[in-house]
Amino acid sequence: MSGYLTGVLALLAINVIFAYGIFITAAAGQLNLGGAGFQAIGAYGCALLGLEAGLPPGPAIALAALLGGAVGFLISFPVLRTRGVYMVLATFAFAEVVAGVILNSERLGGSMGLILQDYVDIGIILPVAGGVVLFAFYLMSTRVGLAMRAIHDDEAVAELMGVHTRAVQVGCFALGGALAALSGALYALYYGFVEAQVFGPLLSIFVLLYVLIGGTQTAWGPLVGAAFFTLLPEGLRSLAAALGVEPELGRAIEESRFLIFGVIIVAMMILRPQGIVTRDLLERMLPRRRRGAGHG
Amino acid sequence: MAEPVLALGGICKSFGGVEVLRDVALSVPRGARHALIGPNGAGKTTLFNVISGVIAPDAGRVMLDGRDITAVPARRRIRLGIARSFQNIRLMPHLSVVENVMLGQHARASLAGLFAPVGLMPRSRAREEAMAVLEAFGLDPHPGQVVSNLPYGVRKKIEIVRALAARPRVLMLDEPAAGLNTAETAALRDFLMGVSEAGVTLIVVEHDMPFVHSLCGHVTVMNFGRVIYDGPAAGVREDPAVLEAYLGHGRGGDAA
Ligand SMILES: Nc1ncnc2c1ncn2[C@@H]1O[C@H](COP(=O)(O)OP(=O)(O)OP(=O)(O)O)[C@@H](O)[C@H]1O
Ligand SMILES: [Mg+2]
Repeated sequence: MSGYLTGVLALLAINVIFAYGIFITAAAGQLNLGGAGFQAIGAYGCALLGLEAGLPPGPAIALAALLGGAVGFLISFPVLRTRGVYMVLATFAFAEVVAGVILNSERLGGSMGLILQDYVDIGIILPVAGGVVLFAFYLMSTRVGLAMRAIHDDEAVAELMGVHTRAVQVGCFALGGALAALSGALYALYYGFVEAQVFGPLLSIFVLLYVLIGGTQTAWGPLVGAAFFTLLPEGLRSLAAALGVEPELGRAIEESRFLIFGVIIVAMMILRPQGIVTRDLLERMLPRRRRGAGHG
Repeated sequence: MAEPVLALGGICKSFGGVEVLRDVALSVPRGARHALIGPNGAGKTTLFNVISGVIAPDAGRVMLDGRDITAVPARRRIRLGIARSFQNIRLMPHLSVVENVMLGQHARASLAGLFAPVGLMPRSRAREEAMAVLEAFGLDPHPGQVVSNLPYGVRKKIEIVRALAARPRVLMLDEPAAGLNTAETAALRDFLMGVSEAGVTLIVVEHDMPFVHSLCGHVTVMNFGRVIYDGPAAGVREDPAVLEAYLGHGRGGDAA
């Protein structure tokens, strides 16, 4: 496999895991704009566990994910006291705090970052991403997944149906934090370095967009959203190359990709506010299941 | 009279200084078909909210089978056997018909049941059971159809089926016949008779009086947050306080 393709696949797999971390809370109606903070915790946690504790990649990844889960669990309590746009702001503030701590910590390398000594390749990253996807599909098919979707639609009625809404929401933040941190740990080990600037606000915004544009109604959403947003820039680049445009023009296309993104996002919000993959869409695409007796 | 399955006493509730429930008492015998009626704003839905645990009363007690459940959170009340529907339909718009009904089964699920992949098993017992109840009510289970696309009358019925999926001992319906046509109302009555014969206690808020008379033996009338009549359905038409409440002489004051 070419180095280029491997690189794209690794980034795609990391983004897919990250997107599921944000999807888990979004599916239950909570918007987490602190994705970069959780990913940074996983990346730096994994780096430190390797550099300072001498842990091999496997245990370091697992512990970093657990750390993200623990932080998700803890911050869910203050965050869940807020609603709607305030929740978005609270999670965003959390990520800013994480970035601030990293930038001001010498141990964490400040703005210089850290260089890792270990490395994982896509032989590890792809199976882990596959496992996360399968787990997400499994979770969404359980009664817990049904309860999450019910909370998304009407929290008060979900509670009346016997759902412990608070427990589900806290669990979602913990699990989501763990998955985002897992993606961060893999990121650190794949690229071999961590840098605070990577885990900035734009990253939190992008991963939330993957999820919202992909759709939060089904477990397909983050997969489609992350694939769309990871592969689109690569597609644009390849297109420029295939058309044989001048290198300057190619660079111009690449530099304007935020603009192109912006246009696509606005178009999506207008055309498909529920995201690309919706229940209705799946229903129309999949063969009709057994019908019961007709009316009357 | 049989021992009450549900008993309320001294229930008071105010919203911002407005007294919506004033010293309400209610006793519902096991297996009863009990109607709760009254003019708009009388406090019927608020009383349902108190019984189901959506809001806490300022004073008074809610007893289920002789046990004080006033402080029991809403999610545990359905486990104890109280299920309800809503005046304005509150189905989950992004869930399919069957999923909405399966949500009604949530309170009965064990811990292992919560983590079983029921959605991946097209023939899971939970799904088959949900489809069976829908069919018993003459509803097409529309396996995958999202409820927001369905007509009002159908959604109304699905909400009742969702509540029944919890296998409640007490089923509270807030204006189940509103918006249904004559044939649908008759079918609803027959269906609820069947539910009642299966041993479920019914408490029904309803403005449709012929429906009330055809279904319920006992009527409680509320007006301005107070119980003004509590007795056999047959006597309600002649009761002077009820007549006055409905004819509106007492409006604006502390009448009846
Ligand atoms: N959460 C609330 N906050 C403030 N006021 C409320 C609230 N809930 C109900 N009320 C008020 O309490 C009064 C009784 O309302 P309720 O909905 O219980 O009446 P109802 O008997 O169900 O009437 P209807 O037949 O119109 O459904 C109304 O004046 C209503 O405005
Ligand atoms: Mg009402």
